[in-house]
Amino acid sequence: MPTYVRTEKCDGCKGQDKTACMYICPHDLMLLDKDGSLTGHAMKAFNQEPEQCWECYSCVKICPQNAIEVRHYADVVPMGAQVQPLRGSDSIMWTIRFRNGTLKRFKFPIRTTAEGSADPYGGKPDANLADIDDPLVLFTKDLHKGDASQFVHSK
Amino acid sequence: MAEYGFGNPEVIEEELDILIIGGGMAACGAAFEVGQWAKASGKDLKIKLVDKAALSRSGAVAQGLSAINTYIGDNDPADYVRYVRNDLMGIIREDLVYDVGRHVDDSVHNFEDWGLPIWKQPGDEGKSLRAGGKPVRSGRWQIMINGESYKWIVAEAAKKALGMDRIQERTFIVRLINDKNDPTRIAGAAGFSVREHKLYIYKFKACLVVCGGAVNVFRPRSVGEGTGRAWYPVWNAGSTYSMAAEAGAEMTMMENRFVPARFKDGYGPVGAWFLLFKAKVMNGLGEDYSTLRADIIKDQKRFGKYGMGVPGTCLRNHIMLEEMINGRGPIFMDTPTALKKLAEKMTPKEVKHLEAEAWEDFLDMTISQCGMWAGENIEPEKQPSEIMPTEPYLLGSHSGCAGIWVSGPTDIPGVPKEWSWGYRSMTTVKGLFTSGDGVGASGHKFSSGSFTEGRIAAKAMVKYCLDHKDLKPELQRGAAELADEIYKPVKNYLQHKDYTTDIDINPHFISPKMLQFRLQKIMDEYVAGVATYYRTNAKMLEVAEGKLEMLKEDSLKMRAKDLHELLRAWENFHRIMAAEAHMKHIQFRTETRYPGFYYRMDHNYIDDENWKCFTNSTYDRNTHKWSLKKVPYVQLIKD
Ligand SMILES: Cc1cc2nc3c(=O)[nH]c(=O)nc-3n(C[C@H](O)[C@H](O)[C@H](O)COP(=O)(O)OP(=O)(O)OC[C@H]3O[C@@H](n4cnc5c(N)ncnc54)[C@H](O)[C@@H]3O)c2cc1C
Ligand code: SF4
Ligand code: SF4
Repeated sequence: MPTYVRTEKCDGCKGQDKTACMYICPHDLMLLDKDGSLTGHAMKAFNQEPEQCWECYSCVKICPQNAIEVRHYADVVPMGAQVQPLRGSDSIMWTIRFRNGTLKRFKFPIRTTAEGSADPYGGKPDANLADIDDPLVLFTKDLHKGDASQFVHSK
Repeated sequence: MAEYGFGNPEVIEEELDILIIGGGMAACGAAFEVGQWAKASGKDLKIKLVDKAALSRSGAVAQGLSAINTYIGDNDPADYVRYVRNDLMGIIREDLVYDVGRHVDDSVHNFEDWGLPIWKQPGDEGKSLRAGGKPVRSGRWQIMINGESYKWIVAEAAKKALGMDRIQERTFIVRLINDKNDPTRIAGAAGFSVREHKLYIYKFKACLVVCGGAVNVFRPRSVGEGTGRAWYPVWNAGSTYSMAAEAGAEMTMMENRFVPARFKDGYGPVGAWFLLFKAKVMNGLGEDYSTLRADIIKDQKRFGKYGMGVPGTCLRNHIMLEEMINGRGPIFMDTPTALKKLAEKMTPKEVKHLEAEAWEDFLDMTISQCGMWAGENIEPEKQPSEIMPTEPYLLGSHSGCAGIWVSGPTDIPGVPKEWSWGYRSMTTVKGLFTSGDGVGASGHKFSSGSFTEGRIAAKAMVKYCLDHKDLKPELQRGAAELADEIYKPVKNYLQHKDYTTDIDINPHFISPKMLQFRLQKIMDEYVAGVATYYRTNAKMLEVAEGKLEMLKEDSLKMRAKDLHELLRAWENFHRIMAAEAHMKHIQFRTETRYPGFYYRMDHNYIDDENWKCFTNSTYDRNTHKWSLKKVPYVQLIKD
């Protein structure tokens, strides 16, 4: 179900250096057609290799204009359905429209902290070089103890 | 000097102590751990991470996940080893699995600190795991999460830990380079930017190669637009295995593969349906075949003792395949009955919640499956859904154990000395480390275990750098030679493009796409893909061998019309190498260790007497020859 870009919605990320969709696609599929020579639509993005799309929705979720949607794989899926997210800072809303028109909506939390606030080392101990050879220690020192009698050759 | 441009990239050389190749779960774990030990050392270690994509959404967790599959909690790590051993048909490195088990919970606690929502038992909402909050389990080892932003959150922490100035995105690494003075040591890596006309050559003391598993090596079941719909991430192209093997690293269990049974075509997860909703499967006749014919795996001549207890994943596939091959398909997951049964004990509100959970399971990791259901008007409470085994994938972190042979922890009783020859997580090439999908003979680590292994490796890499302060790595191959090799597909294109009027059809070059189709056809038809119901034999493998050799020769003639295609060209080269390793290992192991994943029809039984051992291989880059050997399996945890 490759992605497609709505002509009327995409603004080419306002001519910025990197468009959001090009930046994020893990498979390097989204491409900005700067002069329109590839699609006939200048300064708009498109999926340059739809048959390689994992439909991971990374580009859909990040597009600031909500210009990217998905038309599920034409060689597999009957036409007419759509699955579209709206990703906020702490939750995501999904709208699922069936081929027969049935609608389902779901909302799920996505994180418990403010965007950008993940603090890798806050409240964590420093590593101690004396432990560098000790297989029991990662720097956070939070080992799950095991029952030593479970080994065939228990010490 | 002509201006840099397509066909004439700027060559940038950089010297480091540690290079992390990849930006997935293992790489993020390494980024988290490495800085702390570097800081403790008091040395100013130069560290860099390169990812072919953008960290926030790269790798297998791009879409998110709905569960963390490895969390020990109240269990003992030894039981985790037993479960992995059973599922992988008796042959695993128990030292490696145990090590992940005893460290993994701490990683999950960190994810929760950073903002990952983890489901809790009623009464424990709002109480963190660290504070004793009880998670919701969908199985003995899994815990449920709201995981849409799983990778986003983990990457956020990794980026901060390392600092964005030490992270370079959109750089694809093509090759590892051995040391000029000691070819058994790694000294560098070379790759290119997918965005700018730049080629990078890194020199370093130590390197972590964590580029995930290998996908699209086999012909996928859908071959039109659906080619990209693999279950595992289509962008992980076997770079880990290919680059390490070419550098001389000993590989292990590369015959292993994972063929998951998933909802058909969308490849949506079935785990929650089995474990959480207790759904049953039925064949086309409506029979509960997995109960009715559970006995077929109790044939000891064929399956040894492995069919007697809880059957491993491959054996469950085997029972399903027997239905399909004998014309009793299609196979359905009976979702309506499962939901009806649950509803008997629940209020309508609870049922509604349950329905949302079922959809979230897809929306958090396989959104396509929702598109599939919506397109076919499938509401799980009304209509059952088809399931089917996928095409094979090579991986070492999920329910498979293909990968690289690494040095294990030193403190586990009963471990043969040869299993910890060097630094933890180091391959047989000095200075070359791996984790996650890269580590062989130790599956079922999943996202949390891969992250944890990255941490374990990072610590060992710092130790390696401290011990080798005076090591001056020197590249075996010159910068000009490397640049020429990496940009060869571009040159092929520029040199020959005007010979014909059609950009794709030219006797002088082959497009990466066609090369990929050729690889997939060979693997599918001869190396036990879906075309033959996962069956092969010595003769078929011999034919595949010849065809793969020619394919490798032709890979030198790949064309790249732009940087995007240059990426595809080298991805496909990596796929060919991973495929070849897989084929060679299946050829070597003359038994059928994983019935349901693949069958050696000329040795269609499990042969514990001769083959309860690891199979390890090394590749010689100069002669293109693989050597294979048996390595004894040693049991460390009691039955
Ligand atoms: C559909 C699906 C469902 C899953 N379900 C679960 C689950 O429920 N629970 C769970 O815990 N786990 C689950 N997993 C497994 C989990 O995602 C993996 O085990 C884990 O991500 C492996 O980590 P890794 O670091 O080895 O690889 P990845 O996370 O895949 O990372 C690989 C990285 O390498 C980069 N890369 C690749 N090639 C190159 C190159 N040549 N040069 C530079 N960079 C490169 C990629 O961009 C990426 O950043 C699931 C995976 C999938 C796909
Ligand atoms: S992110 Fe959206 S607006 Fe920006 S270029 Fe892509 S499709 Fe257009
Ligand atoms: S859905 Fe994923 S794979 Fe497809 S174009 Fe968007 S980001 Fe790329």
